[in-house]
Parts: sequence; structure tokens; C-alpha cells
Amino acid sequence: MDHVILKNVTKTFVTKAFGKVTAVNNVNLNIKEGECFSFLGPSGCGKTTTLRLIAGFEDLSSGEIWLGDQPVSIKNKNFYLPPEKRGLGMVFQAFAVWPHLNVFENVAFPLRILKKEKSVVLDKVKQALKHTNLSGLEEKFPAELSGGQQQRIALARAIVTNPKVLLLDEPLSNLDPKLREIMRFEIKDLQKKFNFTIVYVTHDQTEAMALSDRMLVMDMGVIQQIDTPTNMYNNPRNKFVYGFLGLSNFLKVNLSDGKVYPVGSDGVSIDCTIPVDFSEDQAILASRPNEIDLLPEGGYPARIKSRLFLSDYIEYRVDVGQTEIRIQSYEDKGFKDGDLCGVKFNRLKWYSAKEEISEAERERRKVI
Amino acid sequence: MRTSKLRGKNELRKLDGFKFDTGQILLIISVAILIVTVALPMLMIIYNVFFYKWSFDWKLFAQMLTDPDNLMAMWNTIKIAFFVTALGTLVGLFFAWLIGRSDIPLKGLMKSLFVVPYMFPPFIGAMAWGLLLSPRSGYINKLFMSLTGGRTPLFNINSLAGIVFVEICYYFPFVFIQVSSALERMDPTLEESARIAGANQMTVIRKITMPLVVPAIAAGAMLILISSLSHFGVPAILGFSRNIFTLPTKIYELIYRSAGSFEGIRRGASLSVLLVIVVVLALALQRRLLQAGHYDIIRGKSMRPMLIKLRRFKIPMLVICLLFLGIIVVLPLFIIFAVGFLKAYGLPLKLENMTVENFKNVLFVSKMARDAIKNSFFLSISAGIITMLVGTMIAYVIVKIKPKGKGILEVLGLLPYSIPGIVLAVGVILTWSGALHINLYNSIWIILIAYIARYMAFSLKSASASLEQVHNSLEEASRSCGASHFESLLDVTMPLIRPGMVAGFFLIFLPSMRELTTSLLLYGPFTRTLGVAIYSINEEGNTVQACALAGVTILIIIAGEFILRLITRERKGR
Repeated sequence: MDHVILKNVTKTFVTKAFGKVTAVNNVNLNIKEGECFSFLGPSGCGKTTTLRLIAGFEDLSSGEIWLGDQPVSIKNKNFYLPPEKRGLGMVFQAFAVWPHLNVFENVAFPLRILKKEKSVVLDKVKQALKHTNLSGLEEKFPAELSGGQQQRIALARAIVTNPKVLLLDEPLSNLDPKLREIMRFEIKDLQKKFNFTIVYVTHDQTEAMALSDRMLVMDMGVIQQIDTPTNMYNNPRNKFVYGFLGLSNFLKVNLSDGKVYPVGSDGVSIDCTIPVDFSEDQAILASRPNEIDLLPEGGYPARIKSRLFLSDYIEYRVDVGQTEIRIQSYEDKGFKDGDLCGVKFNRLKWYSAKEEISEAERERRKVI
Repeated sequence: MRTSKLRGKNELRKLDGFKFDTGQILLIISVAILIVTVALPMLMIIYNVFFYKWSFDWKLFAQMLTDPDNLMAMWNTIKIAFFVTALGTLVGLFFAWLIGRSDIPLKGLMKSLFVVPYMFPPFIGAMAWGLLLSPRSGYINKLFMSLTGGRTPLFNINSLAGIVFVEICYYFPFVFIQVSSALERMDPTLEESARIAGANQMTVIRKITMPLVVPAIAAGAMLILISSLSHFGVPAILGFSRNIFTLPTKIYELIYRSAGSFEGIRRGASLSVLLVIVVVLALALQRRLLQAGHYDIIRGKSMRPMLIKLRRFKIPMLVICLLFLGIIVVLPLFIIFAVGFLKAYGLPLKLENMTVENFKNVLFVSKMARDAIKNSFFLSISAGIITMLVGTMIAYVIVKIKPKGKGILEVLGLLPYSIPGIVLAVGVILTWSGALHINLYNSIWIILIAYIARYMAFSLKSASASLEQVHNSLEEASRSCGASHFESLLDVTMPLIRPGMVAGFFLIFLPSMRELTTSLLLYGPFTRTLGVAIYSINEEGNTVQACALAGVTILIIIAGEFILRLITRERKGR
């Protein structure tokens, strides 16, 4: 069964400085029960706004949102359920634990609102604290605890009422890298235990891929792709998604007579086949730095511009035509700065050269 | 590596060949200035009250304390301060919440209008309200009586309730400003996470928002409490004619009635001690009541806070706000200028009764008024410059040099903040009229000294704030380039805090321009200030000229505020 359903959801803001900005543009989405679903994208892409629309902190400009078979926002019927009536759990980036309440009272808050009996409150809070490894800290105040512990309080508070849907808004980005990894596993474990439907907002692609069953990549308020992490990584639908999912080289090429010439290449072509369905005379070839080989001879001729030793791999910078590309090599073949070499692309993705979004529009969206 | 063995600072200094470094010199100068301007007057009060000819003598204090008149004044002071603090806090809180968290329109306009009373001299406000609501001759009361045909006025402003009302008008912004800024800084997700947890808007306000702004409320309420307890202008203007005294007005009356005799000043000093005791006790009590924790509520990722939709209350609330602003801001301003233009007091406010004579008179003819304008400008500008420079120096010692005795500096510098102006004036009289073989009494310098002591805390706070923004590494970088400590201070730190210093100057200049309390005790025949001149002209019964001069004062203050705004806006822009 679908648990979170968005139909034609659009949200526009009117700002004084920048006029009308469409933060979320005609989003359609079905998140399944028990699924961990991530929204991935750069800042200002509309992912957080979409989450806040689901939570009910913003009202829609048009469209509908349903939680299971219950509508929570239907714009053209002017129906809108306030956040407190939606029965969700949510964790925020800045923790949002209340500094005037101790750990116990922070976690007990949702239960107190529901006017639960004392013994029930005691029991449920104890359980929630146990699941988030906070047992024994009941009497502490948030200011006495570390960032990781504070975020655990927020997590405990979100799960204490055992909600069906858990919304997580960049919950780990205020933590240091080591802690982030630990918490990632803890969240995954909690989901396995309680089978929540999780909607997870992040700008960190490894986090999204590690956690999600399915994910989406958003840009400029529009969903670019919805897929499983593996499919998404292996078959990014456009250049933006490709670039967002990992380190990437984008090589602009001209096509003529079935040959592929990098821009500024003096008539030397790359040895590769043009996909049958590609009919434009320019293309962007996308590749990952670790999917390119450096050869002593053969391949596309190039010169090593710089070599960096980075312990588990070596990174080279090489010019292909006029484009500088990065190559990561796990074995040291003895190349030095200035050496001649050959470049061999093992996997190339072909994208149209026409889809470029103006940087000005991107800047304008940063305000929302 | 010879120097690495010379660990101690002293050994390094010996190497330099200097006995003192810049920091120590600054520390010594700072302590000396604060002792002379702040500590000495306080000590002189205590000495003169409890010692007579070098022997302990508490008879005077006991005698003052058992006088029913003085007890009555003390009781009035406490009553007024209690109601002003309680009601002023509620008013400030209500409007701060309305503007910070609801979708009421015209927020920008209202925000700037709500802080207007903050810069308006309360004693001029009291004069205005006297003109409007004094029982027999107040314009509103006259209108009311002619409408009802009765002889009972609508409201008698010359009463405790009237004093409380006027003080609330001028002191509620303390809470308003504190709470507004706390609400602005608060991370909106603190409130949102409570909504998600199932709490409705009212519960969120009650359980999350309110507890989190308690520290801001406490800070604002404390300012109201201190200000009201030590306030002189409003009870003086509204209370004297009805024999309603508070401790500050009683102190003035004792000294004034004895025509400045030593005995009178000693009596005034005794009451001053009593007043300070009351202030300290009230502060302690308030701190007990509002156990103010310090919460870190600074926002994280910024999102607009969810505004509460007032729906059908939107228009009524807007009307309440505008009406309130009209009453506390526009009405007094209007009546001061209207009466200032009147040919004679008591005439109806009609265009044919208007003239510019009064303004001409105070600006060009009356020697007293012209002297007052000159004196006030001289005092405000020199107090502004001196206090700003000294305050910056002391702040530099406290914030950057951090010597061992910096606690003393902080206490001494911020002490005048909670010492009532009238008490400071008594202390200054006792110190500088011959007791130490320096007699400045009746000269303008004694007022200058009092202003410097009184506003040192303002300067200290503003300079500390801008110095804390200048990271230590900037000065260290300059010293690593070969500049001495003093050169670094002059070439790096000073230019960086210059805008803050200019703002600091206006923070002293403006209150000095409207100062009444200390000047009224310290002025001599030729050293009236604007406040004193307005007060004396008003007491003489020349209401129209008093209003004209008050109008001029308000215009000067508005101009100063405007310049201050321009400066601070520029600072934010950078």
C-alpha cells in the first residue's frame, strides 16, 4: 500500500527581493509502506519544502497530499490538516530539543499532549530511550549533552508515539563524520525494528544511497529521477543526476561522420561508439574518475598535468582536448608530471549538450 | 632558542627593557577613572550618612527611616514600580508576540513605532499627559465634562494610577525589544517539533515559546523595575502638586527645600541609601521569582517561523495596535506641539489661537532657554566623546587584555546602571563641592562629571560588543608583522571598531540631551540644561513656552536618532 502520496504538488513563494519562486513544481510521488525513501538534491532544490508540505508546516499552492487513505492537504477543496493532527514523527537538522526540559520530559512531551497515563508515559519513554541508547540520561538537560546525544533525544521523541511515518530533515548534517556513520546504522536498525515509513531529506548522496530503498533527486523544484540507489547510480537519467551522485568528468564533444572529437582536440577522435538513438551533433560524455584507465601507450593521447598521492589511490589531472579531467588510479604505474600517456574510457554516459540551467536562476532560488 | 627558556612574562619584559606594558598602563588608568567618577561618590554618600566628624553615627539614618512621610514615599515607590513592571511586561510581551509570531499586517511600521517611546523623554510625556488629563484643565477631561455635563473628570492623571500609566507608556519597550529579538533569534524548529508532536498552537505558546523567552522577559522586566524605582521625572511632574512623593522625588524635595544646605543634602543622602537598598532588594526578589536560565535558542538552518493566522481577529488586533500607538505616541507628541503653538495656555486648540511666537522666543529671545540649548549641546557632546573614549578603553582592557582585576572594572563600570540618577547626583554633590578641596558646585563641570559616571555603562556595553567582534588574531597578525601593541591598537583595532564608537557616542549623546534627574540637582544659575529649563519654565506656569522648548528638544532627539539609525544600518550592510 502507498503510504505517502503526493499528487501534482506545487508550492510557490513570493519574496520581496526575487519575486515569485516556484519551490516545488508539480511533484508526483508514491512512497510505499515500510519504505525508506530519500529526497536528495542541492540546497534550494525544494526537497526540504516538499518535506515541510508533507509535515504541514507549509500549505500547498496546488495539488493533494495523502497519508495512506487519509487526505491531509487538498488545495482545491481548501482542505488542510495542521501538523499536530497528522500523527507524524519528525527529526530536524538543528536537533530542536527543548532546552528548558530534561531528556525525559523532551521525550515524554508527545505522550503528555495525548494525556497518557503516568505508567504508560514512564514505560514508553523508557522504551524509546533504550532504543536510542539514552538510558540513564533521563534527568540530564540538553545543554549537558553532546550533539549526537541531542539528536538521539530528537529521534526518541519522534518514535515514542510509534508513528507510522517518520520525517527526517537532514538529521545527521550537524554531526561530525564518524558519528554520522554510527547514527546512520542506528536509524536503519530502528526502521527494521519498527517498520516505519521513512522520508529522509539529505544533500549527501552516500547517506541517501546507504539508507534508502528508493530515492529521488530533485533540482530546481522538479524531480529529476526516482529509482533504487543502484539503478540511479548505474543509469542516471541526465547530466545533473550524474553529477550529483559522485565525482564526475564532463567532456564536451563534437560528432561528425560517426566520429567523436573532444572540444579543441585538433582532429584526434576518441575511440568509442555513438549510441544508436543519439542524433545530435554535440554531446556531453560523463565518466567517473575511477572508470578511466591511464595507459603507457594507446588510448587517447594526453599529458599528465599533475599527480597527487592520496594514500589509497593516486589522482591525476589530464587534459583531453581543452577539458581537464580527473583520473583515480589504484595502482601506481609510475607516471610523473609531464609524462605522455593514453586515456581509456571504460564506461561513458551520453547526455545532450543542450540542457544547461542558468546559474542566475539557481542563485535566485537560494533564498527559499 | 634563547627566549624559549624565558617562560615568565616578567622575564620577557625585562628583555624588552620596559617596566610596564601598554596593557598595564591602560588597566591602571581605567581603574583610576572609575574610582574617581563612580566609586568615590558612592563612598561619600555612605560616609556622610553613617559618619559624623569621623565617628560612626546612625541616628540620622534611623530618624529618616522612622519618618512616616519617608515611609509613605518608599511605599509609593514600591507600589508604582510593582504595577509598572507587571503591567509594562504584559503589554510588551503581548505586542512582541503579536508582531513576532502572528500574521498581523503593517509589521515594519509598527515595529519602528513601538520603540519611539523608548527615545521620548518620559518627563515630557508626563507634561503632555498632564495637559490632556489633569483633573480640571486637561483637554480630554474638559471635553468629557462638557459632553456629560457633569463635574467628574474622565481620569485624574495626578494620581498614583496616572503615574503608573505614564511610566508604562515609556518603559514597556524594554520588554518589547528584548522579547522581539529573542523571538527573532529563536530556532523555529523548536516550535515546529512541538506541533509535530501533537501540540496545537496554544499549547506550543504555553509550553515551548513562553518558557523559552522567559530569560528575555526577565531581562526586560529587570530594566523596567530598575528604571521605575529610580525614576524621577514622571512622579515629579504629576505628583508634586498633589503631594504624592516617591523616594527619588522626596530626595529632591529635601535638598531643594533646604536650599542646598549641608543638612538637607545629608538627609537626601540618607534617603538615597534607602532607595539603593530598595533597588537591590527588589532586584534580588525579582531574580528569585523569575529564575532565568540561559538557553541557547539561536536558530540553525533558517526558515521562516510559522506565523499564526489571526483570521477574524486580524482586523480587531490591528485596530488595537494602532489605537494603542496613537494613544502613547501620537497623542502626546501632538499635544506638546499644539500647546507649543498656542498664544496662551487654556485657549481652545483652534488655528486662530496659534502662533510661532513661543518657538521664536525659546530659540532667539529667552536667555534661559538659549543657555539651556547651548549647555545641553556642550554637555552631551563632551560627555559623549569622553565617555565613549574612556568606555572603549575600559572595554578594551576587559575584553582583550583580560587582566587579573577585570572583575572590579566590570562591577564599577556597570554599577551606575543600577544606581538611580538622583543618588548619583547626591554623591557627586558630596564629592565635588569642597570635601576634597575641589569645588565644582554650580559650575557646568560637575554636571559633566555626573553624566560621565551615569552613562559609562552604556558606553562600556556597546564598546564591549563591538570589540568582541574583532578577533584577537587580527591584532596578533599586526604584531607578528612588527607593529608594537600600541601601534596595532591604533592601526588595526581602532579602525575596525570606529563605527561602533560612533554609535556609542550617540547612545550617550541622546540620553544626555533629555537628561533631567541629575541636572536638576546639580544645575547652577547659568548651567541649566534643556531638561532643567523645560522643568523650571513648566513649574513657573509658563506652559506654552515649556511646550515649545520641549518640542525643540524632541526635534533634536529625533534628528540624533535618525543619524544613529543611518550609522547602524550602514554597519549591518557591510
